[in-house]
Amino acid sequence: MLSASWALAGAGFRRYATYRQATVAGIFTNSVFGFLRCYVLLAVAAGTAAGVAGYTGPQLATYVWVGQGMLAVVNSWTMLDLADRVRSGDITADLLRPIDPLWTYLWTDLGRAGFAMLTRFAAPLVVGALAFELYAPAHAVTYVLFAVSIVLAVVVGFACRYLVGLTAFWLLDIRGVSMIWVFLSGVGSGLYFPLALLPDWLSTFLWIGTPFASLLQGPLDILVERGGPEILALQLFWAVALLWACRVVQARAVAKLVIQGG
Amino acid sequence: MIISASGLRKDFTVNRKVGRLRRERHVVSAVDGVDLTVRRGELLGYIGPNGAGKSTTLKMLTGVLTPSAGEVRVCGLEPVAKRTTLARRIGVVFGQRSQLWWDLPLAESFDLLRHIYQVPAADHAARLARCTDLLGLAEFARTPVRQLSLGQRMRGELTAALLHGPEVLFLDEPTIGLDVLSKQAVREFLGELDQRGDTTVVLTTHDLADIEKLCKRLVVIDHGRVVHDGTLDALHARYGSRRTIVADLDADWPADVCLPGASVVSVEGRRVTLELNGTTAGEVVAALAKAVPLRDLSVREPQIEDVVARLYRRD
Repeated sequence: MLSASWALAGAGFRRYATYRQATVAGIFTNSVFGFLRCYVLLAVAAGTAAGVAGYTGPQLATYVWVGQGMLAVVNSWTMLDLADRVRSGDITADLLRPIDPLWTYLWTDLGRAGFAMLTRFAAPLVVGALAFELYAPAHAVTYVLFAVSIVLAVVVGFACRYLVGLTAFWLLDIRGVSMIWVFLSGVGSGLYFPLALLPDWLSTFLWIGTPFASLLQGPLDILVERGGPEILALQLFWAVALLWACRVVQARAVAKLVIQGG
Repeated sequence: MIISASGLRKDFTVNRKVGRLRRERHVVSAVDGVDLTVRRGELLGYIGPNGAGKSTTLKMLTGVLTPSAGEVRVCGLEPVAKRTTLARRIGVVFGQRSQLWWDLPLAESFDLLRHIYQVPAADHAARLARCTDLLGLAEFARTPVRQLSLGQRMRGELTAALLHGPEVLFLDEPTIGLDVLSKQAVREFLGELDQRGDTTVVLTTHDLADIEKLCKRLVVIDHGRVVHDGTLDALHARYGSRRTIVADLDADWPADVCLPGASVVSVEGRRVTLELNGTTAGEVVAALAKAVPLRDLSVREPQIEDVVARLYRRD
């Protein structure tokens, strides 16, 4: 089973590695938006004595550039091809394999995220480091926590997108659901601005009551050393809870398919 | 019996619009009481017109559709309840679906399947070598699946379905849309598989040449029911398929000629078509040559298309 997991992750990695031009275009876009976001946040920080919600200039620059890199790793904006396969009926082929499709998709997505780490994450980070002063973590353990946090962020992001994809069993067309997901996860994950800028009650709700903060805000706060293992615990909770939800919803979806046909 | 189904039935509920707002629910039986048994190693042709219930039956046999009624066992397992276990013991090719990884070279799909099905490396290599040889995969094994032609992809699909050594292979229209050469390659491959006798094959197709060349046993389904289960010859006998003689004459057809054991089907100018009624072609040709000067002549075997068309039309 372990060999199958690695093989699927390897396939996910190679699958995305075939699209080199798209990778280069993605790096370019992420970097351009990195400059825009960074200048805006630094300008806001320059106007206040205490920085933005307690972030210093280098912390903000790191927040932006690492966030730009993580965008493609967590990949919130791109839906899994699950929904297309449900609509076309190709999902039948997935169900005729001796592995639960949930794990097939998860390992493939982890492979994809691995490729994105080496390209879409690394390149904008280098650009950001050349153009701005970035925050260097004071403790070596931060790097380890950050690495684990990224993996958990990928799993949480995957599980959310898998749930969105599963709605295709009922809706066939998931465009509405995925638009809502892209909007909410963008705002709620701290993609546009740090959640600490929001009122306390709203920020607390987004952190604890939704999985969104586990996608970007959590790992970024670990990296700039505004949080530690407690963030990992929260991410782990969401990863387990969402994968469990995926299993429950998938079981119902498959039951619907095998009973009603499609 | 490696496959046994009795009273197999699948009802679908369809909503039909009646008036502006009202909808009526109708129950449609896609499969309506199919009894089917398949012996280990058999190659069974499962045919029927569009919408007859072929694919629905196949989905129930492979465990992706729950029967509304009836009993079904494949490899001794109940397909839906044991779908994942059964998946290791069967191979499935849906002609219009793909089980390969679109963005990756064909060879990588095969390697992934080895891990997914946990096939020992030596068994995998041996099966892959055999398929590569018989289906000529070598020239496109490194090509991404998305760039393969339909014929190449189908050869890949067949290989993918066989690499874990399934006991039963379900093929749903594997030759659909293929060119003559690809069809030939697929047929030859399935013929070879049949001769080895270790894989049971259930083949649905609209291409009756597939059936003629491959299947000793034929099950015809229409409106969800089995309307024929037997050999191709039995089907011909049942529908009184007859051989025909087409003769080109050197003179006009004399209307009063009498040919024992044959009847005239048509006369077009100087071409006459005769149907044999249990006599040999030789006897009829001899009698014909005596009655009228012949220029050319051909004897035609009964066409499976005609028989099956009559069956579908319920003549």
